[in-house]
Amino acid sequence: MKNIKYLLIGTFFGFVLTKGEAISWYRIQEMFRFESFHMFGIFMTAVPVGALSLWIIRKFKIKSADGSDIEMPRKPYHHGIVIGSLLFGFGWALTGACPGPIYAQLGSGVLVTIVTLLAALAGTWTYGLLQKHLPD
Amino acid sequence: MNWIYQPWPWYVAGPLIGVTVPLLLLVGNKNLGVSSSFRHVCAAILPMRIPLFNYDWKKESWSLLFAAGVILGGFLAGFVFANPDPVAIAQSTEDYFSFFGIATSPGLMPSELFNWQTLFSLKGFLLMIVGGFLVGFGTRYARGCTSGHGILGLSALQWPSLLATASFFAGGILFSKYVLPYILSL
Repeated sequence: MKNIKYLLIGTFFGFVLTKGEAISWYRIQEMFRFESFHMFGIFMTAVPVGALSLWIIRKFKIKSADGSDIEMPRKPYHHGIVIGSLLFGFGWALTGACPGPIYAQLGSGVLVTIVTLLAALAGTWTYGLLQKHLPD
Repeated sequence: MNWIYQPWPWYVAGPLIGVTVPLLLLVGNKNLGVSSSFRHVCAAILPMRIPLFNYDWKKESWSLLFAAGVILGGFLAGFVFANPDPVAIAQSTEDYFSFFGIATSPGLMPSELFNWQTLFSLKGFLLMIVGGFLVGFGTRYARGCTSGHGILGLSALQWPSLLATASFFAGGILFSKYVLPYILSL
């Protein structure tokens, strides 16, 4: 059960997302309508904290707990970055949830959102099925 | 103990979300990302002969535990320690919702839209089933979501992640402006 630590970090992540109301359909609509700073404030503080910590890890060559070197994440360009993200954006506006919040919405007791989760799994599976026919 | 029931302001929630990035790297050299968990579930349950789902998903089981944790975190923060008051959204957003008969009652989701009855109407079908499908399809196509591109990718100064983030915001902004009102009036 050495992986139990990821359950704990996931719980932390879900707790913070929920307390920050980033899983709220109301907040997501408000964000897309530019009617509050709240969600933008979350992004604009989360990213610098992440960036600063990556900089520190790289600067001091800090290793992971298992002794392995931490490689900086790389996200290469492919056309799906634009096409897929646009489609995801439509889904985000409909459900009020990106993938993390899909799980958290379910946990928060809105049990019908299990349907959103199952639909997301179906979407991922369908992408896998169609992948070779789609522009990468 | 009031703080645990109340919603947290952006300047508390945002930095703590950012902390997840080094936490995962330091604890086990893992990259923050949630949409990949959908892929691992597909690989575990119904891989068929689809190349995207034929790999040793058990090696990625940490991602499934992380996802289970997010459910648990949502349960603790949104159910056990739920905010007793409605989400304090902007007055203009509240007016927009009330135009469509959506009240801001306590809870993070409008119960008028997200319930088992509406699921079997066109409105609920579009919001939950089509919406969820697009989230799962789009994030896999983009190989990342708000966490993998929007938080981790931007933190690592990866320009494709900036393009991804701009694209999913563009998609959401356009959709909520030009399409969603028609769905909410159904």
